Amino acid sequence: MKCRVIVITSGKGGVGKTTITSNLGTAIAQLGKKVCLIDADFGLRNLDLLLGLEQRVVYTIIDALAGECTLEKAIVRDKRTEGLHLLPAAQNRTKEAITPEQMKEVIEELKPNFDYIIVDCPAGIEMGFRNAIVAATEALIVTTPEVAAVRDADRVVGLLESENMQSIRLIVNRLRPEMVQMDEMISVEDILDLLVVPLIGIVPDDKRIITSSNRGEPLVLSKEPSLPGIAIKNIARRLEGMDVPFLDLMAPQDTLFGRIKRFFGVSQK
Amino acid sequence: MIKDILTTISSWGSAKKSRHSAKNRLQLVLANDRAGVNPELIEKMRQEILEVVSRYLDIDVAEMDFSIQSSDRTTSLQANLPIRKIKRTRELK
Repeated sequence: MKCRVIVITSGKGGVGKTTITSNLGTAIAQLGKKVCLIDADFGLRNLDLLLGLEQRVVYTIIDALAGECTLEKAIVRDKRTEGLHLLPAAQNRTKEAITPEQMKEVIEELKPNFDYIIVDCPAGIEMGFRNAIVAATEALIVTTPEVAAVRDADRVVGLLESENMQSIRLIVNRLRPEMVQMDEMISVEDILDLLVVPLIGIVPDDKRIITSSNRGEPLVLSKEPSLPGIAIKNIARRLEGMDVPFLDLMAPQDTLFGRIKRFFGVSQK
Repeated sequence: MIKDILTTISSWGSAKKSRHSAKNRLQLVLANDRAGVNPELIEKMRQEILEVVSRYLDIDVAEMDFSIQSSDRTTSLQANLPIRKIKRTRELK
């Protein structure tokens, strides 16, 4: 089976790239695929923390490149999720510690062993971004319904198009349907109008995203179903080519009861 | 909760919700970003083009529209220069 290399990027920081990466990686592994997540955020690594693997990181991608260990040894296997692996970034180096050529080399070496390699891109459009996109043929752009995030997402889409990225798809994160309903937040349709990039997922805002990151357990692992968890599992299935309809997040807002509740501010999460 | 109700009521009055201004502002800024131009450059261009066209035509400056627009990831410069009348320079001479 051919390995797919996907980069998760956004331009702007703080839109939930790493949270999406950790959950999506877990969700794809849950579908029985062999997944390697690569943290490309050198100096500001966090993917290990969100996956709850921070205590198990011994070597990093830099050590492997320096020949201090094999690439296999640097990879951490997630014991909770069969098939999920992490290649950690170095925390004590800067984004210039590695070149795009080296990154490509590493990914080429990993490819025969995995179904999916997912690269968590750092914020910005400098060297770290170049490193993260170099070997990818597919890109998932994470944005939130905020002006700065949408603008930066557009910039990144432009850059990826000029690099001839084969597939670019959009994830709208942290949507708050009740705010869209009140016309106080740009809607997914608005974002699609502006960016003109095919949509692959809509993830609603939810405080459980924070509690799950506190515990280092991706939300998709939780036995209790949650809307963001389902939304991310749906993205994994769409990546696998399944035709999964989008969750109707606006629906609960449309009932009369919902309107009354919203009017009195009861539905505030 | 009372604050929420107050915000809801007060938002009835304001005709324009923030969603629309966000979208309008983004439309403009994305068009400019994609074209790689800033408002000053557009203004300079507008004046130069107007200068050239005005040599031949009498343009209604108040009604003219000159902007970078973007749809479906193609960006274009749109200029709409309404003509008052064609200058008949020769006849004047």
